[in-house]
Amino acid sequence: MNWLIDFFGNPANWSGPGGIPARLLEHVEFSLVALILSMIIAIPLGLLIGHTGRGAVLVVVTANAARALPTLGLVVLIVLLVGVGTTWPVLIPLVALAIPPILVNTYEGIRGVDEDLRDAAYGMGLRGGQVLMKVLVPVALPLILLGLRVAAIQVVATATVAAYVGLGGLGRYIIDGLATKDFPSTIGGAVLVAVLALIVQLAFSLLQRVMVSPGVSRRAAKAR
Amino acid sequence: MITFEGVTKRYGDGTVAVDNLSLQVPTGAITVFVGPSGCGKTTSLRMINRMIDATEGRILLDDKDIRQIDPPTLRRGIGYVIQQAGLFPHRKIVDNVATVPYLLGWDKKKARARAMELLERVGLDTKLAGRYPFQLSGGQQQRVGVARALAADPPVLLMDEPFSAVDPVVRTSLQDELLRLQSELHKTIVFVTHDIDEAIKLGDTVAVLRVGGHLAQIADPSTLLAEPADDFVEGFLGKDRGIRRLSFVPAGGVAVRAERDVPGWSVVLDGDDRPLGWRAGGSTGPTDTQAAGKDGLLPFGTFDLEKDSLRAALDAALLAPSGCAIAVDGDGRFAGVVTREALDEALLRASGAAGPTGAGSHG
Ligand SMILES: Nc1ncnc2c1ncn2[C@@H]1O[C@H](COP(=O)(O)OP(=O)(O)O)[C@@H](O)[C@H]1O
Ligand SMILES: [Mg+2]
Repeated sequence: MNWLIDFFGNPANWSGPGGIPARLLEHVEFSLVALILSMIIAIPLGLLIGHTGRGAVLVVVTANAARALPTLGLVVLIVLLVGVGTTWPVLIPLVALAIPPILVNTYEGIRGVDEDLRDAAYGMGLRGGQVLMKVLVPVALPLILLGLRVAAIQVVATATVAAYVGLGGLGRYIIDGLATKDFPSTIGGAVLVAVLALIVQLAFSLLQRVMVSPGVSRRAAKAR
Repeated sequence: MITFEGVTKRYGDGTVAVDNLSLQVPTGAITVFVGPSGCGKTTSLRMINRMIDATEGRILLDDKDIRQIDPPTLRRGIGYVIQQAGLFPHRKIVDNVATVPYLLGWDKKKARARAMELLERVGLDTKLAGRYPFQLSGGQQQRVGVARALAADPPVLLMDEPFSAVDPVVRTSLQDELLRLQSELHKTIVFVTHDIDEAIKLGDTVAVLRVGGHLAQIADPSTLLAEPADDFVEGFLGKDRGIRRLSFVPAGGVAVRAERDVPGWSVVLDGDDRPLGWRAGGSTGPTDTQAAGKDGLLPFGTFDLEKDSLRAALDAALLAPSGCAIAVDGDGRFAGVVTREALDEALLRASGAAGPTGAGSHG
């Protein structure tokens, strides 16, 4: 507890390029960019494969291969390849980490929509794209959001590796703290990451409420 | 009119689901495809809206080969109702019903107004409009499914076992509702069921299919019951064909005596001319007063002279100790009695009508 007070109570930790606000911002920035990049790749792919049923093997292979990737190893490898000074050594492993949960859940969500519902949609005269966007996506949304949430939390927790290659983010407190035996810093950094993960969790619960139809989440909307 | 011309469907695995089917579905009437499970009913139905494409042969919709119409366009002009209703869970009831109008580009206000009108039409409380499908019972969902199919006022309606998943009481009311709707709308309806009683109740024409998608017989229900084409159809129709066929003979032709007395019995009426029961009287009446209620009245049966069938008249007679049926008018007021002799005559005439002249079966 004292360590936490030492860390959070120190005014020096709240300002400047090494201060909590700046580190937090860097951390959120890495995470957000990585998440958006992986969404751009994984969501359309998951929708397409789920809707057409073609390329399902790709989902399984990608998911397993990416899961087996050692994130830190990848960071080091990319630093060796592209050198320090860019954010790619951090972004690429984070994207690789985030793609599997997004891809798999999007795919499973679309695949899992009741066959009768899909059938009814075509039977009403919706075209393929309309079936996907107007019926399958809204119904699969809880699963798609779940995939995004899992990915986001993993990314936020893993973005600490940026510190290993001299980049910023909350990982600095942890890594630098360990290096200099400054335990308040290490613990403070860990707490900040945990809090950020919690905020992500909360944000997604909110998003879920706003985006998912009550008819799908079965929240008893009041009958009018 | 929908015309099947030598239509065959062979699935990828070699299964011949429908084999060289030729038949006509008349405009403005209900045609039922009935047969045992797996006989090709669903396949036949879904070839009409091109959810499945025929392997051979043609299907004509008012003389136009449906293969010339792009499937989504074709489907927007054909109502489609399936067993599980298939409502969109994320949309409110009103928007579910308005699905096709939205697709056709109607403005939202008009589409919703139309949806509300249809909810009423199918016997649903418009208060349900703002709910989601999961908040409705199976029967209500099925009504919404029918409303949705009717929303853009398509001339043709395809229904695939729409009432099979609901309990018998709800099923009966949905069937009655469909008949009422059809008497107002005169759609060309193709209705698929495995339940021969449902087929006979709803169909103006009934096509009996046997496994392999062969047409065994196509006829109106009365002819079907009187003259099944072969052992398969006869077996599928089940028991009591003679009695069931009486449902199609109007009771109006039976001789009614406009008096309350028959030998040994008389009808007791209330102040409003509605029958209360039979009272034993005269020399031939039974003396057993135990069977009588406390006011001495015995059970009775009535039938509506204008609307009911000969079957209802016969049933009414069998319910009464006098053996006579009581005829009532549309308001349930006494119209006369029908004696066993009069019934006998009507039954004889009815079985005569079932003779060769009633034939309308497909060769
Ligand atoms: N997609 C399919 N692939 C292969 N066989 C099918 C397919 N759909 C239906 N069948 C077969 O075709 C036959 C007719 O099926 P169906 O039209 O669904 O019958 P029904 O609706 O009368 O029960 C059955 O033997 C069924 O197993
Ligand atoms: Mg079927």
